[in-house]
Amino acid sequence: MKKAIQIDGSDNVATVTSDVVGGASVEVLSPEGVTLMEPVVLDAVPFGHKLALRAFSKGDEIVKYGEVIGVASGEIRPGEWVHTHNVESARVPTSAYEEAGR
Amino acid sequence: MTKFLGYERQDGSVGVRNHLLVLTPMDCSIEPARQIAARVDGAVAVTQHHGCGFDSMVANTLIGTGRNPNVAGVLLVGLGCETLTCEILAEGIRPTGKPVETLIIQEEGGTVKTTEKGVRILRGMAEEVTELVREPFSLSKLILAVECGGSDATSGLAANPAVGVAADMLVDEGGTVMFGETQEMTGTQHVLARRAVDEGAVAAIHAMIDRQELRMRAAGIDSRFMSKGNIEGGLTTIEEKSLGAIRKGGTRPIQGVLGTDRDGFDYPGRSGLWLQDGTGSDVPSVTSMVAAGAQVVAFTTGRGSTTGHAVAPVLKVTGNPLTYSRMGDNMDVNAGTILDGSESLRSVGERIFRDVVEVASGRMTKAEALGYHDFIVYKTSGLAERLLEVCPPEALRDSRGRSSTAALEPGF
Repeated sequence: MKKAIQIDGSDNVATVTSDVVGGASVEVLSPEGVTLMEPVVLDAVPFGHKLALRAFSKGDEIVKYGEVIGVASGEIRPGEWVHTHNVESARVPTSAYEEAGR
Repeated sequence: MTKFLGYERQDGSVGVRNHLLVLTPMDCSIEPARQIAARVDGAVAVTQHHGCGFDSMVANTLIGTGRNPNVAGVLLVGLGCETLTCEILAEGIRPTGKPVETLIIQEEGGTVKTTEKGVRILRGMAEEVTELVREPFSLSKLILAVECGGSDATSGLAANPAVGVAADMLVDEGGTVMFGETQEMTGTQHVLARRAVDEGAVAAIHAMIDRQELRMRAAGIDSRFMSKGNIEGGLTTIEEKSLGAIRKGGTRPIQGVLGTDRDGFDYPGRSGLWLQDGTGSDVPSVTSMVAAGAQVVAFTTGRGSTTGHAVAPVLKVTGNPLTYSRMGDNMDVNAGTILDGSESLRSVGERIFRDVVEVASGRMTKAEALGYHDFIVYKTSGLAERLLEVCPPEALRDSRGRSSTAALEPGF
């Protein structure tokens, strides 16, 4: 089974360690290497990208490295791909990225 | 408690290597210096390329390198007409009590006489060095610098967190850790500041990162933005990118900021985790941290960096199993075992901690075995730094001519 890693114990997203196709199960490992859960991934998640470990409502904080890396910009279901399409930086508006054109 | 085997110096510091440093104040005298170093085992010649005028940032980096406990003796080789003189450097290094000698090419009468005398001096130092023996010391005598370069998607996932575990272990045993690359701290000011031990450290963290953002903004670059490649690689926000970078320093309280500029060059005043205000370029960054006293460097990479340092062992840690197998000549540690779940983050971190202690005790790194002697002195532009102070920041505009006041919001 493909793997995903929760880097810090308080993280609510995990990072996949290889490309995962939608509908597949992944083994989510804790920092201690313990299997936490085996969720079904709803979308294709490329290597190095994140999947949701729980449900998020708009405005909920996304935590990785034990710190807030952004807030949900809409509903996110467990197992869903978590990236720029459903997360905003808490410090730089996503619109600023688009404006910068890169 | 863990011990490492090192060489005690007169000032109480402990070296993990016994290098003889042939140091030149500028590049005019590097060739005789190289010829001298080539003829004595364990000797290495280094220089800087910012001219021979006095610049305190350059002078302090050279002095710090000479002071580093891994250096057993220093031979300074000058041309004779430089403003940044050998004597200025010698005065900075002598308080350590290590042998410091000076040769001036114009006074000696040319290359042949200088190199002959230089080899004799260095040979004498080399004989003294052979009498030194390694003894056990507590980790309170060890300073680890942490650096990342040639990063990829595995860096923030495996190598950086694993080195961070090792950094935490070192700090917990009374050791010292530092990391720099100010630019890569953008967006994590609040996280770093929360971990600061006092108000002075909080202010220094904000000042350091705000200043770097201002510098880049003045040059038309907004450091808060990520590249297309970053986003394609899975980084969603600038916070995530920078958190992955700072994770290599571990999670312990931050003692303060070590300055490297004209306002002063700082050495860690006590054990614990420190930030260094420095460049994001790998070799100059490592050079600055070794000048601030680091005896060992842990270097994380994804795509595969090969750098070493003139007087400090550099341990390469990659989180990319492919890089580890393809660049086995350069990679010391495979942290990629985290990716397939065959090893826990904690276990890899403990392995790196043991590697750091073993390297400190004399085990060669791959970069050392390959004879790497990287050394590049970084300096900011004195003119640009002055302009940042005299220009009203509102007058700074980005490349599209828009004002850049956003960069100045306190604590962005």
